[in-house]
Amino acid sequence: MKLTEDETAIATGRKGEGAAIALRLVAESGRLLGAQSLVPVASAHIDGCLYHGDSGTEFAEFLVAKGARVTVPATLNVGALDLLRPGNVRLAGGRRDMALRLMRAYEALGCRSTWTCAPYQAGHRPEAGSDVAWGESNAVAFCNSVLGARTNRYGDFLDIACAIAGRAPCYGLHIAANRRATVRVDTSSLSDALKAREAFWPVLGAWLGRTVGENIAVIEGLAVHATEDRMKAMGAAAASTGAVALFHIAGVTPEAPTAEAILADRFVTVALTADDVRESRALLSTASGDEVDAVAVGSPHFSLDEILALETLLAGRRAQVPIYLNTSRHVLGKVEREGRLAGLTQSGVVPIVDTCVVATPIMPAAGGVLMTNSGKFAFYAPGNTGYAVQFGSLADCVESAVAGRLVRDEAGWQ
Amino acid sequence: MTTLFPGDAEGEVLVLAAPLSFWGGVSWETGAITNVRHPQVGEVVTGRILVVPEPVGSSSSSAVLLELIRSGRAPAAIVLGRPDAILVVACLVAREMGWPAPPVLLAPDFRGTGSGRARIVGGVLDYR
Repeated sequence: MKLTEDETAIATGRKGEGAAIALRLVAESGRLLGAQSLVPVASAHIDGCLYHGDSGTEFAEFLVAKGARVTVPATLNVGALDLLRPGNVRLAGGRRDMALRLMRAYEALGCRSTWTCAPYQAGHRPEAGSDVAWGESNAVAFCNSVLGARTNRYGDFLDIACAIAGRAPCYGLHIAANRRATVRVDTSSLSDALKAREAFWPVLGAWLGRTVGENIAVIEGLAVHATEDRMKAMGAAAASTGAVALFHIAGVTPEAPTAEAILADRFVTVALTADDVRESRALLSTASGDEVDAVAVGSPHFSLDEILALETLLAGRRAQVPIYLNTSRHVLGKVEREGRLAGLTQSGVVPIVDTCVVATPIMPAAGGVLMTNSGKFAFYAPGNTGYAVQFGSLADCVESAVAGRLVRDEAGWQ
Repeated sequence: MTTLFPGDAEGEVLVLAAPLSFWGGVSWETGAITNVRHPQVGEVVTGRILVVPEPVGSSSSSAVLLELIRSGRAPAAIVLGRPDAILVVACLVAREMGWPAPPVLLAPDFRGTGSGRARIVGGVLDYR
């Protein structure tokens, strides 16, 4: 690891103790990862602001006390509280205070109060080819894959350290040669009707994560079906079941005008079959029977388009179970300004901003069965909330919420 | 075998039989594996020589490990099958905060699958 003169001076305190701690963390992590140098970053997305015990709060306040400030634009991922509707979160006494102190400490470090896991749909879209330091696994996958900016999977703490230092270790996906695909995914045996289903995409992502782990795939045969929200859902699922930080979709994502353009010299080809899709879909559900006690959508946080789709599917009907709509304050503000929020809440939609139902206690503690169209929620909800999960499309989720029991369209998956 | 974070340790080996994200997979309050889809759900990572052949999942795993370190519920050591910054960063932060953190080794050739005790002394893993 070779630091520049400037970096060495920062590491030894020229810009204060906070900057020195951050630079040491970045440099030391980089050394462990085999980086030879640091690379300046254009922006950061910070995932350390979700409360998981007092240690995170103590570290953030330690940085504040040492005078640290971010030196590049930095957005914040979800916290443990809904700051706009505090009553949504059941977090109790001391923990609530520490969760709030954590969020305030990250603001004090100079980060923007975006509080979303989809910063790329709240105005933070780095340019293709730029180096950035992002945390939050779905955001990392989206940033690399869909935007073509370059980041590794920076964990909590390293993300804020990079934002303060303005630099990241130069290794992994910051280097063009490491962004080439070593797995070619052939989807030619799947029907267009299947690929056109919204629920196919998180299922594909969950399969991809399990199949490739941390490897980079280029997927062929999806060019006419890929949309931003579908790739968002896919990447979030892939980054949950695997360590996927980058995927390419031939003809769609910026580094893959064709599969050949991004394939490494050596690669393996994997054929995705209808059986694989069915198996991956089945693995997303853990519940049996037709019980549904709540519906949750919006992991990653729902976009305006996704909320409009929810509104259309509800068509003014009243749900029998709560529909937790997890989104950013940025997007919900637009919904509110367009005068659409009242109709949604009258239908039984419970808007949640700044956090989400799987990150913090929001749903009744009694537990039960949660239905979701999110591969990421389906993956994490059982461990984080104690709820069993039923996975379905957004339309399945809405019909189930209205009926108060599981309603799922099985046609087209067989 | 490479030392990613220095230290000596001894404990019962726990080899993860399937990939596990600490966030959403390990309780930061108890150190127990909580991912119901994981074959070792209910096992506790605290005090174990935790072998992680394939680090995966959420980037918040650093925070879960840091909290386990602060509360004294961390693994005795972590042995990674491939380099991954997410867990090691928690140890680096703990050092800045003055909290004792477990050693982390990189051992891509580790082939054990069972239990038994292991020791790590001077960056060398002794496991029979």
